[in-house]
Amino acid sequence: MTAGTLSQPLAGAIDRGDIDRAEVDQIALATYVLGLGDDALILAQRLGEWITRAPQIEEDIALGNIALDLLGQARTLLSYAGEIEGAGRDEDDLAYLRDEREFRNVHLVEIENGDFAVTMARQLIFSGYQYELYTALLTSTDPTLSALAAKAVKEVAYHRDHATQWVLRLGDGTAESHHRMQAALDRVWPYVEEIFDTADTANLLAAPPGIAADPAGLRPAWSGYVENVIAAATLVVPKPTWRSRGGRAGYHSENLGHLLPDMQNLHRSHPGARW
Amino acid sequence: MTSDINQTPAASPAASRRGWPLWEVFIRARRGLSHQHVGSLHAPDAEMALRNARDVYTRRGEGVSIWVVPSSAITASSPDEKDPFFDPAMDKAYRHPTFYDVPEGVSHL
Repeated sequence: MTAGTLSQPLAGAIDRGDIDRAEVDQIALATYVLGLGDDALILAQRLGEWITRAPQIEEDIALGNIALDLLGQARTLLSYAGEIEGAGRDEDDLAYLRDEREFRNVHLVEIENGDFAVTMARQLIFSGYQYELYTALLTSTDPTLSALAAKAVKEVAYHRDHATQWVLRLGDGTAESHHRMQAALDRVWPYVEEIFDTADTANLLAAPPGIAADPAGLRPAWSGYVENVIAAATLVVPKPTWRSRGGRAGYHSENLGHLLPDMQNLHRSHPGARW
Repeated sequence: MTSDINQTPAASPAASRRGWPLWEVFIRARRGLSHQHVGSLHAPDAEMALRNARDVYTRRGEGVSIWVVPSSAITASSPDEKDPFFDPAMDKAYRHPTFYDVPEGVSHL
């Protein structure tokens, strides 16, 4: 593969027969891994924005821990995506030197933190998804992905529990907390469909059998868990009138455009800087 | 640590007027050792206190078990009573088992 392959529109190239099957498989895997890595990276950056701003120092540490877990997952995934691509890009190149259109994360992880309830609603959705994802990847035929999943599934179980505890307490708390927790669910729910949408990646995912987890297949277990939490918290599952799409293809909301300079500025100002 | 989401959070001790109540944290470093007091933290209830303790005190693999206790549930001796409480023990050396010869062949003493 040549440099920058990951950012090219793949579907067209495949349709035109510009690349052969083996190459398609390779690009498919790299793109898939990059998508998972970008999800973790961007949410880690978002959660980092809570540092010194959380309601209590204990929560500050909890959110920082979750962010660092996600950053660790992102490092493994981005390094692996660069390795598959074979163009010599490492984790830093992929994290800091790509522009908005080259990021493959879903919209959910790039939305602003909002109030604490919005952050917890987003975390419940995302950690619930990641829990099912990594559980499925435990049996991936790709050794790097299955090894990552074995480590990450334990981390994510804790993230999911943390969000669950807060959704329960805020939903079943005071009138004000109940109102704000429901408003938070309403705010983030339009981003749910995209996570489980195979439309962007269907052809690519089919390419390497046994490696990836079909996102649509993760949904029943995810719904079972999340809806149970929402019901126990005396809240209702929102029925949004619109949905996000396109993140996996590199189409993003304005939010990512504001997040990237924050994340990339240091590295771009001081190329090659290291701790 | 329970995680039954259908369970209502355990009743919490009265919160101080500002913020969450205080909890004392005890951690067992490994099996066979007893729980040791490691510090305190704020949390809205017992379940959250356990989770906060995990985040604050076990990030570097310090423990295998955590206890949290509402600080308000602890009755402490008063520094004012130090003399009547502790001084009388100081000059009673016969309470220490130092006047016995250990028989040969007895180990683990």
